Amino acid sequence: MSFPLLTATAVVPAVGAVATAALPAAKRTAAKWVALSFSLATFVLALVIAIRFTPGAKGPFQLTESHAWIADFGVRYELGVDGIAVALIALTALLIPFVILAGWHDADPLEETRPNRRWRPTQGFFALILAVEAMVVISFEATDVFLFYLFFEAMLIPMYFLIGGFGDGAGEHGEEQAATQRSYAAVKFLLYNLAGGLIMLAAVIGLYAATADQLGAGTFSLPQIVEARAAGHLHLGAGTERLLFLGFFFAFAVKAPLWPLHTWLPNAMGESTSPVAVLITAVVDKVGTFAMLRFCIQLFPEASKWATPVILILALISVLYGALLAVGQRDIKRLIAYASISHFGFIILGIFAMTSQGQGGATLYMVNHGISTAALMLVAGFLISRRGSRLIADYGGVQKVAPVLAGTFLIGGLATLSLPGLAPFVSEFLVLVGTFSRYPVIGIIASAAIVLAALYVLVLYQRTMTGPVKAEVRKMPDLRVRELVVVAPLIALLLFLGVYPKPLTDLVNPAVEHTLSVVDKQDPKPDVHVDATTGGSRPGHATHGDDAEAAK
Amino acid sequence: MSSVATVHSLWMTAADAPGRIPGPHIEYAQLSPTLIVLGAAVLGILVEAFLPRRSRYHTQLLLSVVALAAAFAAVIGLAAGGFGTSKAHVAAMGAIAVDGPALFLQGTILLVSLVAVFTFAERRLDPASHGKRVDSFAAQAAAVPGGKAEQEAVKAGFTTTEVFPIVLFAVGGMLVFPAANDLLTLFIALEVFSLPLYILCTLARRQRLLSQEAALKYFLLGAFSSAFLLFGIALLYGYAGTVTYAGIAEVVADGAKQIDPALAGTMGNDALLLIGAALVLMGLLFKVGAVPFHMWTPDVYQGAPTPVTGFMAAATKVAAFGALLRLLYVVLPGLRWDWRPVMWGVAIITMLAGAIVAITQTDIKRLLAYSSIAHAGFILAGVLATSEDGISSVLFYLAAYSFVTLGAFAVVTLVRDAGGEATHLSKWAGLGRRSPLVAAVFAVFLLAFAGIPLTSGFAGKFAVFKAAAQSGAGWLVVIGVLSSAIAAFFYIRVIVLMFFSEPKADGPTVAVPSPLTTTAIAIGVAVTVVLGVAPQYFLDLAGQASVFVR
Repeated sequence: MSFPLLTATAVVPAVGAVATAALPAAKRTAAKWVALSFSLATFVLALVIAIRFTPGAKGPFQLTESHAWIADFGVRYELGVDGIAVALIALTALLIPFVILAGWHDADPLEETRPNRRWRPTQGFFALILAVEAMVVISFEATDVFLFYLFFEAMLIPMYFLIGGFGDGAGEHGEEQAATQRSYAAVKFLLYNLAGGLIMLAAVIGLYAATADQLGAGTFSLPQIVEARAAGHLHLGAGTERLLFLGFFFAFAVKAPLWPLHTWLPNAMGESTSPVAVLITAVVDKVGTFAMLRFCIQLFPEASKWATPVILILALISVLYGALLAVGQRDIKRLIAYASISHFGFIILGIFAMTSQGQGGATLYMVNHGISTAALMLVAGFLISRRGSRLIADYGGVQKVAPVLAGTFLIGGLATLSLPGLAPFVSEFLVLVGTFSRYPVIGIIASAAIVLAALYVLVLYQRTMTGPVKAEVRKMPDLRVRELVVVAPLIALLLFLGVYPKPLTDLVNPAVEHTLSVVDKQDPKPDVHVDATTGGSRPGHATHGDDAEAAK
Repeated sequence: MSSVATVHSLWMTAADAPGRIPGPHIEYAQLSPTLIVLGAAVLGILVEAFLPRRSRYHTQLLLSVVALAAAFAAVIGLAAGGFGTSKAHVAAMGAIAVDGPALFLQGTILLVSLVAVFTFAERRLDPASHGKRVDSFAAQAAAVPGGKAEQEAVKAGFTTTEVFPIVLFAVGGMLVFPAANDLLTLFIALEVFSLPLYILCTLARRQRLLSQEAALKYFLLGAFSSAFLLFGIALLYGYAGTVTYAGIAEVVADGAKQIDPALAGTMGNDALLLIGAALVLMGLLFKVGAVPFHMWTPDVYQGAPTPVTGFMAAATKVAAFGALLRLLYVVLPGLRWDWRPVMWGVAIITMLAGAIVAITQTDIKRLLAYSSIAHAGFILAGVLATSEDGISSVLFYLAAYSFVTLGAFAVVTLVRDAGGEATHLSKWAGLGRRSPLVAAVFAVFLLAFAGIPLTSGFAGKFAVFKAAAQSGAGWLVVIGVLSSAIAAFFYIRVIVLMFFSEPKADGPTVAVPSPLTTTAIAIGVAVTVVLGVAPQYFLDLAGQASVFVR
């Protein structure tokens, strides 16, 4: 039996969480270092996964592990990764050390309070972050639907405490009001996701019932179900398949989040500390979009095609609505939250365009959005912690007093608006091309969000960083070493992947091809009509011949 | 001489005749679990009679715990000796079955009772009365509530240590109930465990009138149901000419072969069979609290002292479902085309009514009562599967459910205000802020009730619904899942109430219990989590125990 690499990658942060939580109240600094070293160890393991993984090898999943768990219910402990999962595990393991470093002082107890045996906020904060990491990693790895479901739901609990328990002390109306708003945000987060999860549970059981009915023994194994479908042993029937698809999709659309199920995200991101906001949007929410690719589409290909038009419209609304609301925000963190909603719209658009560019682009988008949002949000967090306010109007002229901070903020912002040369450009371009080749109208409308993105990012920069220096920011210190250590690698990575995305695309593309083969979709052929009779018309005019393809 | 010889031979003949009547052959070792418990109960009565008041409590507690543990060890011994599988047979001249389901259920009942006795013995929750520690039971049950005698009894610091032998009697009856192999044993077992329960229900220390009202309701309705059961037994005897399960099953399957001349007019008459079976089932459905025989449940659960409620909700349900299973699978399998549609209906309305009515409840004990009704419906879905999987899933569900119930009611005893237990839901608001641990433990039990994965409730529901679906009851499962969803709503509402609402200024306090209640709750949590995370071993165990001896 080979070394269980995938299990180890999830167990290391889990052990780290326990170790961190177990440290006594006085060992605050030690707790931080323990958490950081465990997160780095996880990153090393994630790199080992990426190295041992061979893109394009036979079979959908590699490094698989499989053990019996509850034989009577067909539940197995089954792990395996494809290129998409490898990329997202790497992203998660990469971001967590930065999240921990960025939040180094976020959970320090206030000066007049003394932590005791029962109340150790610092230990709790870092332990919860590592717990979330462990659960996210295992949900990227799980190929058993039930196993995935368990951790998909379980991560709500540490997230709830992270959102509700730790604030940035930058609320508009004082700490007491902020605490109320925080617990409101945490409850909203929990209830939205719990509702999604319970509906998914019904669908998970429904899936078991369907397989038990037709295969003799019920199973939750994704590869087995996909195989049985391909071999023709399993016919769900259109009605059942659609209901099950909706059950799964609802949970993932809440998590992702997709308009109109998005309203918890601005609350949660706005009220939590910026490292936790990064954890929500860059790591945890990715499980939602990832699961659409891995579970929704592969388990229910027919229903996915059936639902595509509606989902595309909802995604398009997310793209535009998120961008429009971001333009109108007064609060920096809420602005980034709405920008994220817009970006998640792009990701879902790419996934359901059902083209290799679209899905490949969507996967890249998940990674790049993670990195760019982390950069922007963490710098924004540094900014907010200096001034003690989240309101855009409270800033002005920061670039004169803290040029490095302003510069990194600008790069994070430019990445968010997908400037060519930075990583998100590649993915946004691929998503738009992939969408356009099948649904030109939607592709065109979605492009409008690029303009809106430029608007909200540049106006944010202009209002906070340029102009006359406000009295309150006059003494603002520039980035410290710790903060630079957080930001510099992220920016370097954005530049690198913007110029040379090949390692990532090579990793992702075979998995995307496999997904598309399950759905039985091929990229639309370039369909170019050259009108010979009227010499005036230009060649290259694409017709709507794709619609026939789309209609089936 | 010859006359002497004649007399002698006559004498010998006369003496021979009684010699040929076989003495009853009782397999004492195989009945040892029941005998140990009932013997300890009798000893307990003697303790009450002869020991001084001050040493009774400890003696009784020790006696009960030892007896229940010894009886459990006896069950394990019998199961290890193969009586659950290969050596399963009918003992005590056909009155008691010693087989897998019986041993599994007896083991469950004994463990549940052992944990329940811990909560009965709790003496740190109620404030000390005149310097003496008291439990949840009345100082002197015979004293009129609010009367002079009661005041004197309270002042003297009396406690009702009789509860221990009473519980042991009830447990003894419950052990026989699922193992009973003829209808008369069934009836006697029913009475043996019901009468002590009626008494236990009256014994609350606080709100005694409510408690006595509950007990009276329980007694009257219970008496009705016993009468139904007895009438049904009489009709079945008229139909089959016997009260043994195997005998009735034979007549149901092949028709009456040897007509008893005294019953010539009735034997083999299907009307008697159908009416008799219906009446017997009604008696049992009353005990499991299935709709429409559930009316007593909320009142009794609310009025009875909470430790008694927990014991009753857990152990009675195990015993009654065991008897129901045996009756349906051993006596009436030939009749299943008649009872299945009816029981389908009962299961469906039980699930739905329990879940829907629970939504409107404002008292935690009533809420748990309606939830227990809904759970009775879920278990019935497994009973209706009429397959080995059905039996094993019901066995597993009962084991899982009873510990969750016991733990949940034990937590209810902890939340108190000046008037005793604070059972109104509004008082539980914000409990999670004041006592995160207690609220978290209760949340675990609620999640298990709701059937959330990684708790025993999920494994139980999954097993039951799986068995039901495999037997072709797809619609029953759909309705079951729907009512689980409705039920999940109110369980989660309580969690939201505990954790996400502001605590009231005059809210209840959480009393610090003695190690007894702590142990009970800890065992409840442990079983809930273990049966949720790694249920396979216990599913296998229930699977091995799922064959009835005939």
